Amino acid sequence: MGTSRPARAGQYLALLAYLVFLAFPFLWLVSTAFKAPRELGDLHPTWIPKDPGLDNFRQAFDEQPLLQAAGNSLIAACSAALIAVAVATPMAFVMARHRSRLTTAATGWVVVSQAFPFVLVIIPLFLILKNLHLINSLPGLIMVYVVWSLPFALWMLVGYVRAVPPELEEAAAVDGASRLRTLVSVTAPLLAPGLVATALFAFITAWNEFFFALVLLKSPEKQTLPVILTHFIGAEGVADLGPLAAAAFLATLPSLVIFAIIQKRITGGMLAGAVKS
Amino acid sequence: MNSATKKGDTGRRGPSRRGSATTGGATDFGTWFLVLPALIPILVLSVGPLLYGIALAFTDSQSGRTAPTQWIGTLNFSDLLHDTLFWDSFRIGLLWAVGVTIPQFLLAMGLALLLNQNLRFRWLARALAIVPWAMPEVVVGIMWRLVYNPDAGILNETLRTLGFGEGRDWLTGLATALPAVILVGIWAGMPQTTVALLAGLQNTPHELHEAAALDGAGAWRRFRAVTWPALKPIALSITALNLIWNFNSFALVYVLTSGGPGGRTRLPMLFAYEQAFRYGQFGYAAAMGCVMVAVISVLLAVFLAGRLKGGADE
Repeated sequence: MGTSRPARAGQYLALLAYLVFLAFPFLWLVSTAFKAPRELGDLHPTWIPKDPGLDNFRQAFDEQPLLQAAGNSLIAACSAALIAVAVATPMAFVMARHRSRLTTAATGWVVVSQAFPFVLVIIPLFLILKNLHLINSLPGLIMVYVVWSLPFALWMLVGYVRAVPPELEEAAAVDGASRLRTLVSVTAPLLAPGLVATALFAFITAWNEFFFALVLLKSPEKQTLPVILTHFIGAEGVADLGPLAAAAFLATLPSLVIFAIIQKRITGGMLAGAVKS
Repeated sequence: MNSATKKGDTGRRGPSRRGSATTGGATDFGTWFLVLPALIPILVLSVGPLLYGIALAFTDSQSGRTAPTQWIGTLNFSDLLHDTLFWDSFRIGLLWAVGVTIPQFLLAMGLALLLNQNLRFRWLARALAIVPWAMPEVVVGIMWRLVYNPDAGILNETLRTLGFGEGRDWLTGLATALPAVILVGIWAGMPQTTVALLAGLQNTPHELHEAAALDGAGAWRRFRAVTWPALKPIALSITALNLIWNFNSFALVYVLTSGGPGGRTRLPMLFAYEQAFRYGQFGYAAAMGCVMVAVISVLLAVFLAGRLKGGADE
């Protein structure tokens, strides 16, 4: 519209400054990961590695059980995502379509659980899971992840369900379809993209999670990737920078790839939520 | 102790069932069938533990002790009142939460306004702007450790190149540790805030904007008179949520400094974690959690009051 040329230039400059601020730590991580171990001792580190190589990656795999940890993370994140979507979809359907005290309470819980201090929940969770003999076990962690990703999953799914015209469901009901039948053959296919986005988001949440995994898993062969990453940092806070950077870089890739896929939907979901509230 | 959990379950389920009966049987058998798979885990692993945790705060529960746990009333809370380490940590937590949330909001506001403009490469900028969101918090911490590293870090190297001296060890310096950690907090939370504000901006009435421009209103006036009133509810919600999330944050600082140097970055969550899982003081740590909840509740109340006021303005 009526934006002058200098103002436009200023806007581009500001945008560039933002992007540099947001991107440079990640670029530095990549740079460090590919540097030769010798170069990391240099007094004047450079952006571009002088002699790029994969030594740090090799060393990272030697030092810590990265593959096993990645496997644990994968199992935990996949199971948590699938279970969360499976149990959240019917509930979101009810929350979006019916108004009762139950749905009001559920909506209230979605909001309040955002403010939960984990410290108040983690000790009882630890004791409950210990009584169930689910401490130091992936199934126990997965159960916690499912519950932990439910608020956001419900929030996203309620938005997606509301976007499905109720007339379609009413038509199915007139034709004599049961509630469950309507959900499976009318609503679910229309919801499919939303279900995928929600599942992927739950996956990222679980893949990235640190606090519960730190408390609930004890033996190294059960631990997930974020916990293993912290093992590269020694007790004195001294870390072998190369392998640390290499392992951190690898651990981020799955999240980044998935995020690139669902990026539009997340922003879209946020938009839908904003309009509704 | 399990009785507390069970009590929580029935206490929560009872009223809702009665409630449904009064609304003409809206919650029938089919609905329960749809709701229970999510409701049971929520009650057992979320509502239950919360109530259990509050109960624990009034006991002398410890890890690995053979003697039975006993009720000790408000002893934990009176101990907490005199625990200067806890209040130091609490003060740091508030400093951190406010120090992160406010700059984060201002920076995110600027970025959202830019991304709402019809600039070239906007798609690329939007994609890049949310990258920190996708990263594990642990990786964010590791990344910034590499940036802040005194010798091999890019920050000190840039300062040396620009002639600002030799730089310093940011994360272990008594004066620099907290500001350095706060900067990371701001960076890590930018995407959520930006996306929320951007969503709000895209809901502001476009016609009003153009009408105001035609009437000769400058950019700042247009922002004040048209954009801000429409954006205010979202701005308030995201700021309140950020305050809460930041106050509860753990992983970032755990990786960056583990609360050091000398407790200068020991957030309340770190402190409570140490009490519970390093020293095994479950009851005492639960009492800390309760105090944190109380503070968060006050923040939430302020936020809700603000929202209601915002609604009345419209």
